[in-house]
Amino acid sequence: MGPYILRRVLATIPVMGVVAVIVFLMLRLSPGDPAAILAGDQATMADIAAIRERLGLDQPLLHQFVVWVGELLTGDLGKSIYLNRPVTGLILERVEPTLALSISTMIFAILFAVPMGVVAAWRAGSWVDQTIMGLSVLAFSVPVFLIGYGLVIGFALRLDLLPVQGFVSLWDNPVGFARHLVLPTMTLGLVYMALLARITRATMLDVLNEDFIRTARAKGLAEPRVLILHALKNASVPIVTTIGLGIALLIGGVVVTESVFAIPGIGRLTIEAVLQRDYPVIQGVILAVAGVYVLVNLAIDLTYSALDPRIRF
Amino acid sequence: MSTARAIAPVSSAMPGEMVLDLRGLRTEFRGEGPPAVAVNDLSFTVRHGETLCIVGESGCGKSMTALSLLRLVPRPGGRIAAGTAMIGGRDLFTLSEPEMRAVRGGEIAMIFQEPMTSLNPVLTIGRQIAETVMVHENVPWSVCMERALAMLRAVRMPEPERRLHEYPHQLSGGMRQRVMIAMALACRPRLLLADEPTTALDVTIQAQILDLIRDLQEQTGTAVILITHDLGVVAEMADRVLVMYAGRKVEEAVVDELFDAPLHPYTRGLMAAMPHLGGVGAGRMRLAEIPGVVPALTDMPEGCPFAARCGRASAECRAAMPPLEERRPGHLVACWHSGESPDA
Ligand SMILES: Nc1ncnc2c1ncn2[C@@H]1O[C@H](COP(=O)(O)OP(=O)(O)O)[C@@H](O)[C@H]1O
Ligand code: SF4
Ligand SMILES: [Mg+2]
Repeated sequence: MGPYILRRVLATIPVMGVVAVIVFLMLRLSPGDPAAILAGDQATMADIAAIRERLGLDQPLLHQFVVWVGELLTGDLGKSIYLNRPVTGLILERVEPTLALSISTMIFAILFAVPMGVVAAWRAGSWVDQTIMGLSVLAFSVPVFLIGYGLVIGFALRLDLLPVQGFVSLWDNPVGFARHLVLPTMTLGLVYMALLARITRATMLDVLNEDFIRTARAKGLAEPRVLILHALKNASVPIVTTIGLGIALLIGGVVVTESVFAIPGIGRLTIEAVLQRDYPVIQGVILAVAGVYVLVNLAIDLTYSALDPRIRF
Repeated sequence: MSTARAIAPVSSAMPGEMVLDLRGLRTEFRGEGPPAVAVNDLSFTVRHGETLCIVGESGCGKSMTALSLLRLVPRPGGRIAAGTAMIGGRDLFTLSEPEMRAVRGGEIAMIFQEPMTSLNPVLTIGRQIAETVMVHENVPWSVCMERALAMLRAVRMPEPERRLHEYPHQLSGGMRQRVMIAMALACRPRLLLADEPTTALDVTIQAQILDLIRDLQEQTGTAVILITHDLGVVAEMADRVLVMYAGRKVEEAVVDELFDAPLHPYTRGLMAAMPHLGGVGAGRMRLAEIPGVVPALTDMPEGCPFAARCGRASAECRAAMPPLEERRPGHLVACWHSGESPDA
């Protein structure tokens, strides 16, 4: 087990390396002079020359790459062109809302989707199953921003129950924090919940047809025990895999949700950076997101052996 | 290898006492079209300490009979349409679901044909046995685990302390079937349903498992319904034999009587198809050895269901269902021509 963990951790290094190369080349290989791109539309020739020199863009590509990676490893993601501030700091400032939204979305989705999927599989073909699956198709086919605006109009504008927009830090005001998260979480979580409920149902249906489920019932176990201990534990590997894949889906959804609800998170930072062609920020965000994604998948892989004793490394 | 009396005998049962009295069981599957009658008007009894073998070709309703007794007929679709099953003075088919759960694994336990897939792959052996004890006896978990260990010893599991903490994939097929038996007998059931418990195992292991079942039965006095399609197993294990065809009982007799004087043409066909009674596995029946096919369960003929395959079938056979009659003492048969000599 120990050597396996080490190997898996080491295996993330080439993955991150490839991401770094792509991110690096993104700027250098885009058409036009990188220094001119970095300098922005209003720059003078002198500005461009200064940038070229400051970033070493006149050096050979390999040399540039080595320097850039060296800076990355010290946590230096460069400086934003527009704000003239370190990208690392900009990202850290925006982390809390995004992290809060992502985590609450996952919890919301898992909390509802797994029981829904289990019940749907247990009563497959019944009206309960058909209702749950019908709703999940609906949630899946409506675009995130429509769900978002719908919820805003219903809960925030009509009923005036929840704030329309914005974000409050957990440390400043826990209640406000929670109230601001409800609508974005539901917006982002519904699609995800639908996906997870479907996967849970499909996996549980397979497991419930297994011989050992009949054995469990023949022993006199009550249905909740059969479903949760005997069936769900067997279904957990595909479900957890979907949860992991869902984090990739979440990243796209976060950008949209943060704009709909004016949440000052990484998603908004990304949109601003793209609109302003603030390359260092875009690069930093891509690297950070890729890093999180790789780590999450590492964690998911490592949980497999805890869930299923047949998976040993 | 001999086992000490590792497990206590079934309590509150006298030798020869009736354990199960099944009458008129009818188990159906409903879909589009007419229902498929998997078990049709089946009656039998089993006594304390007795082994009743149910034989018949694949698909004749043996497993559905056993699952009906646990009320675990596959759903949706399957249901018990008629019958009574008296055990301990109560009719199983009228019990509430919680009462029935107490029966499953408590009074009636079952072992299945597929040891490779019948144990839960993600739970340890010990936990799976102990869990049965816990739900039925409501004793502390440590006591349940002690019982699990005792049961593994009783089924002659090698290295039982270690096995307790292992998972099914770490065990061979024969060992898994031992675990199934340990689990089934953990709460001292009055009746053990063994559905082809050795069919999936190779021949030497088969003999060991059958020996084990017989030894444990002698120790505990549990009544056993042993389902098989192997007449070698029947010869070895049975006190009494019930032959099923297309969901019905067609013949029933004490084991020696049945082998000495089979009356139903189907039973005779099965025996002719068996090369010799050389022991377990020697009598594997193959459908092809009795020519013809079983009628569809949704479309049973008016008369004898065996008529299409029977060399002695007459117009009378095709016109009406032969009733079960006691042709000799304790020997029941459903055939219009069973009184005649086989060569006639
Ligand atoms: N889930 C099911 N749905 C419909 N019919 C079934 C189902 N399971 C069994 N049957 C029918 O019940 C009959 C008896 O099956 P079974 O008791 O398993 O036979 P066997 O004697 O081989 O154990 C089969 O012929 C089959 O057609
Ligand atoms: S009743 Fe007729 S068809 Fe049926 S088994 Fe007897 S002889 Fe054959
Ligand atoms: Mg069967």
